[in-house]
Amino acid sequence: MAQAGPTFDVMMAETVFFAGHGGDRIEAYLARPLGPGPYGGVVVIHHMPGYDEATKEITRRFAARGYLAVCPNLYSREAPGASPDDAAAVARAAGGVPDERLVGDVAAAAAQLRCLASSNGKVGVIGYCSGGRQAFLAACSLPLDAAVDCYGAYVVGTPPEGAPSTFTPLLGIADRLSCPLLGLFGAEDSYPSPEQTAELERALTGLGKTFEFHTYDGAGHAFFAVDRPAYRPHAAIDGWQRVFGWFDRHLNS
Amino acid sequence: MCTYLTETIDLAGSGKGPRGWFALSRAAVYVDHPQHAPYEHTVNIDFANPALGPSARVAVELTEEAALALVDAIRNALAAAPPGLASAAANLPPTSRAAAG
Repeated sequence: MAQAGPTFDVMMAETVFFAGHGGDRIEAYLARPLGPGPYGGVVVIHHMPGYDEATKEITRRFAARGYLAVCPNLYSREAPGASPDDAAAVARAAGGVPDERLVGDVAAAAAQLRCLASSNGKVGVIGYCSGGRQAFLAACSLPLDAAVDCYGAYVVGTPPEGAPSTFTPLLGIADRLSCPLLGLFGAEDSYPSPEQTAELERALTGLGKTFEFHTYDGAGHAFFAVDRPAYRPHAAIDGWQRVFGWFDRHLNS
Repeated sequence: MCTYLTETIDLAGSGKGPRGWFALSRAAVYVDHPQHAPYEHTVNIDFANPALGPSARVAVELTEEAALALVDAIRNALAAAPPGLASAAANLPPTSRAAAG
């Protein structure tokens, strides 16, 4: 099958460690093409089930398309060295990742990418599931060049009674969005619901922000997840094309 | 959807994990995406002992029907046994029982 864009078939992918929020040593998965560049950078924020094989595969996919990509293990502190599912269980029991810590970890990951010799200095962020909300949070808190929110819940809307404070809605900081935002959602998703993404769309329009939202019929939450029943090929294939189009335009042009 | 809601209880008993039997101290119950079960959502239960680390965990992912059937089966099994037979109070270790007596 013909590729939609250039391929970078010589890459390095490895586990690295760097100082995250508060100077804490955190684990991350770094994948990068081995050419001279210059390349844009992408911070990949994993979904709630954790820093797993599927997310590492996503990280390598960015490298194969000519990006310096890094996925920090957001559960490094709670469960260093644990299997992703055990680490996710511990993080869930603890109420999730605090927003301030997430922002610090993404800032550190972005700095790592900008320091690479083959970096062009631009960095974007993409997140899935809870990471979608966190990508929006990072884009409203840090100077970034592009962001992609894949079905992140509680950017708008009210969390259910008893939900952890780590799911505080973010509409109040939308005016601080620092970069163009691509949003990819499922029409059958309830978190976020189409009504909630429409509310965010109205708010961003009112604020004069640059953004594009796409909502796929026949798809619900987690339609990118190839290893889960929620996978919807038509949405995922089109979604990947839009992700690369977005990052090619804002990070690698 | 991600529910994010988790019911957590303290408990006493034992579970068998990847490294053998260990004492349990907590269970978390939530309806959300499973890690392994071939469904979009399941009732997930983590039996754990946080003091022993993240891998001290026995996890199950059940359909709603299976979870409710399990609740019934537990209640039926307890109803068929003499009252209190498996209660913590009736099963104190010998030293504790002496102290309690």
